[in-house]
Amino acid sequence: MHYIFEILPSLLSGAGMTLQIFLWTLVGSLPLGLVLSLGLISNIKPLQWLINFYVWLMRGTPLLLQLIVVFYGFPLIGIVFPRYEAALFAFILNYAAYFAEIFRGGLQSIDNGQYESARVLRLSYAQTIRKIVIPQVVKIVLPSVGNEVINLIKDSSLVYVIGLGDLLRAGNVATARDVTLIPLMLVGVIYLLLTAVTTFVLGRIEKHYSYWK
Amino acid sequence: MLELKNITKRFGDRTIIDKLNLTVKDGEILSIVGPSGAGKTTLLRCITGLEQVDGGEFLIDGQPFDPYTNRTNESVIGVVFQNFQLFPHLTVLQNITLAPTMVLKESADDAKATAQKLLDRLNLGDHGDQYPYQLSGGQQQRVAIARALAMKPNVLCYDEPTSALDPNLRQEVEKLILGLKADGVTQIVVSHDLTFAENIADDMLHVEPNQTK
Repeated sequence: MHYIFEILPSLLSGAGMTLQIFLWTLVGSLPLGLVLSLGLISNIKPLQWLINFYVWLMRGTPLLLQLIVVFYGFPLIGIVFPRYEAALFAFILNYAAYFAEIFRGGLQSIDNGQYESARVLRLSYAQTIRKIVIPQVVKIVLPSVGNEVINLIKDSSLVYVIGLGDLLRAGNVATARDVTLIPLMLVGVIYLLLTAVTTFVLGRIEKHYSYWK
Repeated sequence: MLELKNITKRFGDRTIIDKLNLTVKDGEILSIVGPSGAGKTTLLRCITGLEQVDGGEFLIDGQPFDPYTNRTNESVIGVVFQNFQLFPHLTVLQNITLAPTMVLKESADDAKATAQKLLDRLNLGDHGDQYPYQLSGGQQQRVAIARALAMKPNVLCYDEPTSALDPNLRQEVEKLILGLKADGVTQIVVSHDLTFAENIADDMLHVEPNQTK
């Protein structure tokens, strides 16, 4: 018990880094994914090709590799990110690609009649998207987005590769130093707590949208 | 008065509508009947601006207008779709007031008062706060009518108003449409149900599948 309290501060500080990456990645990648998905359903072919290429690149290579490229590779062409910014940059671009595909599916499940209905009521395209389409898409995509959000909590542990001290790394350091598995077990418990809270919040959001069918 | 002059619509090299002339007088009901595939719905979609015509012109009270590009605040044509296409995430009142507030820039209070009047007129006065899924098909249709009328159209169009409803509701729809006629609403009704169409019509248009396709 004494040992646990001894290592808890370093684990919690690692958890702080995990949470920061988690929150900022969501703040950046959800809107970016939405904009990309609108491009994917647009009629502008070159735009579609470009975004499809982007999605293929981001989903087709490991996030770990993307982190390494952004932090160690970009400086070779003159773009230098500090560690933390490099991590956010890679995470946001990566998750936006997944969200774009989820949103595209949601957008395409909206009946064309809803667009026509809005059109004969003379709503503009922007008004239709904002007032008619997005509120319906949000409800449809919530379970899939929730899946990715839970994934993100754990994916954030990949930042160790560019030297950031997140939760898992804090546990690893303690385990290597003190030759005991207890820190890693604790790390597992903290991840479980984080996902439990996230699952609860996601459930509340889904419930919030259950007022219509 | 709505006039169509030499309206032509082609899909590829198939001519669906060939130099059609048509007049709908104010306060009258025009029924468009004909077998499936004759182009009834295509004609209605041209009149409502959901399809672009390949030739001819539209006149409203002698003034030319193009339903396809008409984006002004002058609402000309209202539409009640076959499956109504209400917005499922909005209440009945919100469905009706959305376009008047966003497009006609009516104040929220004015739009709501108008909507409530329309609902009272259509015997839905108590249903304003319900969501579409909570209503029967006949009620949903009347909400769709109220939503279209709230935009103060010169002409109200229906696509197969009886087909998504219980057969014994047919007479209800007849009464409803004739009641709106008594209020001075000009209406165009597309139907494959000849008896129904004859019962309500001041004027009938029979469309036949084009022989030259």
